[in-house]
Amino acid sequence: MDMINQQIDKNESSGSIASSAKFKALLKNNGALVALIVLLIINAIFTPHFFAMQTFYINMTQVAPIAIVAIGMCLVIASGNGGIDISVGSVLALAGALAPMVFMSEFGLNNPGIAIALAIVLPLLVATSCGLFNGFLVGHYRIQPMIATLILFISGRGIAQLLTNGDIQTFNNDFFQYLGTGRLFGIPIQAVILIIIALFVSWIIKTSKFGRYLLAVGGNDKAAFLCGLPTFKVKLIAYGFCGFCAGMAGLFTTAMNSASDANTAGLLMELDGISAAVVGGTVMMGGKAPVIGAVIGALVIQMMTYTLLANGISDSAAMIAKAAIIIGAIYLQLKNKQKH
Amino acid sequence: MNWDSPILQVTGISKSFNNIPALNSIDLSLNPGEVRALIGQNGAGKSTLIKILNGAYTLDSGSILFDNKQVQYSSPYQAQLDGMSTIFQEVNLLGYRTVAENIMAGREIKRYGLIDWAACNKFADEAVKILGLDIDVTRTLDSFNVAIQQLIAIARSVSFNAKVLIMDEPTASLDEAEKKTLFKVVKDLKTQGVAILYVSHHLEELFEICDSVSVMRDGRMIETSLIKDLTKKDMVAKMLGKRVEDILSDENARPKVCANDEVILHVEKISGSGVLKEVTFELKKGEILGLAGLLGSGRSEVAKRIFGAEQDDSYQGKISINDITIGVNGPKIAIEKGIAFCSEDRKNEGIIPEMSVRENMSLVILDSLSKNGLIDKEKEMALVDSYIKKLGIKVSDMEQPISQLSGGNQQKVLLARWMANNPEVLILDEPTRGIDVGAKSEITDLILSLAEQGLSVLFISSEYEEISASCHKVLVMQEGISRDYLHYDEISENAILDELGKH
Amino acid sequence: MKLNKWMKKSQHPLLRTEAVWVALTLIIVFASLRYDDFLSPYNIESFFSYNSMFILISIGMCFVIMTGGIDLSVGGVVALSSVMVAYVSPYGIVTALIVGALTGLICGLINAVVIIRLRIAPFIATLAMMLASRGVALLVSGKQSVPISWEGSFPEYGMGLMFDLIPWPVVVCLVIAIMAWVLLEKMPFGRAVLAVGEDEEAAKLMGLKVNKTITLVYVISGVLAGLAGVTLAASFGAGQPAEGVGWELIAISAVVVGGTLLTGGLGSITASIAGVVLMGLIFNILNFENGYGSFTISTYWQSVIRGLFLLLVLIIQAEVLKRLRNKKTAQ
Repeated sequence: MDMINQQIDKNESSGSIASSAKFKALLKNNGALVALIVLLIINAIFTPHFFAMQTFYINMTQVAPIAIVAIGMCLVIASGNGGIDISVGSVLALAGALAPMVFMSEFGLNNPGIAIALAIVLPLLVATSCGLFNGFLVGHYRIQPMIATLILFISGRGIAQLLTNGDIQTFNNDFFQYLGTGRLFGIPIQAVILIIIALFVSWIIKTSKFGRYLLAVGGNDKAAFLCGLPTFKVKLIAYGFCGFCAGMAGLFTTAMNSASDANTAGLLMELDGISAAVVGGTVMMGGKAPVIGAVIGALVIQMMTYTLLANGISDSAAMIAKAAIIIGAIYLQLKNKQKH
Repeated sequence: MNWDSPILQVTGISKSFNNIPALNSIDLSLNPGEVRALIGQNGAGKSTLIKILNGAYTLDSGSILFDNKQVQYSSPYQAQLDGMSTIFQEVNLLGYRTVAENIMAGREIKRYGLIDWAACNKFADEAVKILGLDIDVTRTLDSFNVAIQQLIAIARSVSFNAKVLIMDEPTASLDEAEKKTLFKVVKDLKTQGVAILYVSHHLEELFEICDSVSVMRDGRMIETSLIKDLTKKDMVAKMLGKRVEDILSDENARPKVCANDEVILHVEKISGSGVLKEVTFELKKGEILGLAGLLGSGRSEVAKRIFGAEQDDSYQGKISINDITIGVNGPKIAIEKGIAFCSEDRKNEGIIPEMSVRENMSLVILDSLSKNGLIDKEKEMALVDSYIKKLGIKVSDMEQPISQLSGGNQQKVLLARWMANNPEVLILDEPTRGIDVGAKSEITDLILSLAEQGLSVLFISSEYEEISASCHKVLVMQEGISRDYLHYDEISENAILDELGKH
Repeated sequence: MKLNKWMKKSQHPLLRTEAVWVALTLIIVFASLRYDDFLSPYNIESFFSYNSMFILISIGMCFVIMTGGIDLSVGGVVALSSVMVAYVSPYGIVTALIVGALTGLICGLINAVVIIRLRIAPFIATLAMMLASRGVALLVSGKQSVPISWEGSFPEYGMGLMFDLIPWPVVVCLVIAIMAWVLLEKMPFGRAVLAVGEDEEAAKLMGLKVNKTITLVYVISGVLAGLAGVTLAASFGAGQPAEGVGWELIAISAVVVGGTLLTGGLGSITASIAGVVLMGLIFNILNFENGYGSFTISTYWQSVIRGLFLLLVLIIQAEVLKRLRNKKTAQ
């Protein structure tokens, strides 16, 4: 937000008409950003205690897992050929279930230091492997992404349930819980990690060779292959990274709840992730990866749910509103695109 | 032939898109049993005219009199029902469905409310027999080759009692033998009194089947005359709006003799991919070698094999470039060894439509433009800018999406994409397909000048005229086997046809 | 011989339905030899009355997928319909069936309008409907399951048998399956569905009513989900606003296992039903195995095994496709 404010200041001080037109264009092309601003204004007026720090913490901690998954989803969708990963919820549950198993095991109790590190690394590794498995099916066997990731959607949660016997594992581990409740410079740790990942990935997409490769493969994978681009590797990385994001979200979820529940963790997360990515401007056809947009999309969905709940509207009604905002956001994008 | 009572009479048709006129007061009349050629450069308004006739577009002003009644169709299907059918360049039928289902789609014969497949198959069988096709109509459409599919599309149209048949580039994907079959069908339909409006870029074939020619330019109808009164050069001149004397003669466009003896690419007895049986040839430095052959002769497969574009375990034989053998390890290796390849399918295997001209052009050489995995954007922009100037690519700026460019300019961007990598061998598969006359000669000139600078070119084309105009040497291919070379002085369209007729 | 030629209709080589039939036969033979009660009327009845819901939504899904679309909303629609049906259950089964079907019809119609009028991809449009229908179901029911009326004809639908033999939901499901097969194979609508799925542009040029066809498939899918909701309410004795989560994916996997192409243009109703039965049997067998053996297998295995099964089928299909592609270039 600061960035935008600065931009407005700069525009006004220079008095340039061209820049203000540029700013208008920026708003026009970022429906999600406009929606977010509108939501913030509405909240500022109607929601009591909206500017309390507590509100900020709650929203940030709740949005972080969705936003991180949305970043991964954004890359997967961008990789083209119907790219989608519906297994994120199950992978999230799997990673979330693994972490406490590590530090609550006999080895973990004897070596608390190593255990914490392992409890973070191992679930992330497993989650990334799940993503790579998806990428392998999509890239090597050319199975439709929706169906390929359906396998882990079905099985991933089953494995998590088998590992935990379907029981909820509660724990008390300050170090691990820091991932859920800790703050860095007063900002929830998840939000810090989220911002770092979002900025880094966005930078990679814009400036690196991999970013260009991803968008080329997503735009036309046959042409990209004939240009000598490593299409298989690109898909593998995109899906692998999406798995990593789901794993990260799993760690956050478990740490925040001080418990893992393989039965319910990450349920419908794929929908939230896809919705956030799409509301943020990701095109289902592939070839475009607005990473920051995906994060804003997650914020919009989160803020809207929060706004409704904070103003006494039931969460059931909030689901309907969520559906409306998804359709509305995409419809506006399409309309904008037609005009150009 | 009744020249006095036209079946189709078009007067004063105009059409604009967003206030930009596409058609300007077009008149056209067509008699029963007449085959009329409609020619013009891309953008001259041919397809707009066709789409207005068959109801895909609505007209702004003017009138269409068809079979003595005023018509304005709401869709090509409405037009078809009324006896005015359009055969499109690409077969617009369903590959998964049977021939009979395709012919009967939308008007299945029913019994007790259910489709009577036996009756449908019988009807379809008769419909294809009229065109002299003897095929099993219960087979799926995609089990037949494109030529048969094109004929099946015609059979569907004719079975609607077509009085006017509009054919938009029907021979674009046909080989010589298949064209012959199509022409025979056209002639048969003509004797049955069907009027045909025949759109084609291939001026040669018009002389064979057309009675008269209408030339369009810049949305206007320039002239209609009997075909026997015109030469090919006349037609080109009228299409371009130039005088005949100003048009370069074919002889001028021939490449200078290539004196180099250094062999760059060596292809020895390659086979595989189901089509290739035994192909052997060598390509010298600065030489343009034409690969001529019918569709299915394996000419495109040779290109794909050399480039490693298709991974197939059945490949055998040896390919070496500068005496280094290359395997079938995908395009990456081939590109590293200095090979470049422009596919015949520009839309699906060439451009990345969502990306800008800049991003499309730099795709192959991103490695050399980046450091530590990051792209040096200034270097990239400088390079793209230099190629836009060098090749005279018409763009608003380098950030324009490539999909907005014309076919010719897209092709230039793709050529620049490869030239930037300084290849030693450039393989071009149908480089001028779907590109209009003006841009075509620019591309050909570009290729000739590249060869003069020492680039070796493997030039694949189904147009023998183009091959004979731009190659130093021509290799004739038949059924996956490379036959004889035609050397510089022996090359002509007739010589290629003769060679294809041998064996 | 001549007549034979007229009647024959070629099957496209890309439509692979054999795998599902072979697997189904093997599993049935295995299970009927191993478990005494596998073929007992009780097991068959309960198997089919539960799975009739999945058969219904899979038939709808099959139509949608054949047009190249997808319907993610069916799970939510089943839940919503079951709630609505529970409220009208005192008025008897006929009213319930009408209300269930109508609920689904409205949802399907909204899907179609969003897809056609707003030009939003089916994936997104039906994803939104999935949320919306679930939201309405939870809102209307106050997040509680809605008990049905035990008076009148409605409970009979959930428990009674036709001719003392076939559960009513199975009868309805059977009738619908036959109608669906006729619709696809013997009616112009079925041909239009396949044409639209393979190539919308070509279908339009052939004069087929593309928008009408697309609208109808989503309506069919909605109505069948609505009918599945009737079964759900009747057999569970209550409208279930939270039930049906993930059912759309079960339906999609069943349709794909049955060989229907996710890209549209080719599909089979019968093989899709076989796919449902196959996926359902995995759970059934797991239950038998637990009752049969000395050790118990966690029911969580069922999802793992289902996933593995899907993986196997997909890899086989991918290999067949690859071989076909090679063969095609070889011709």
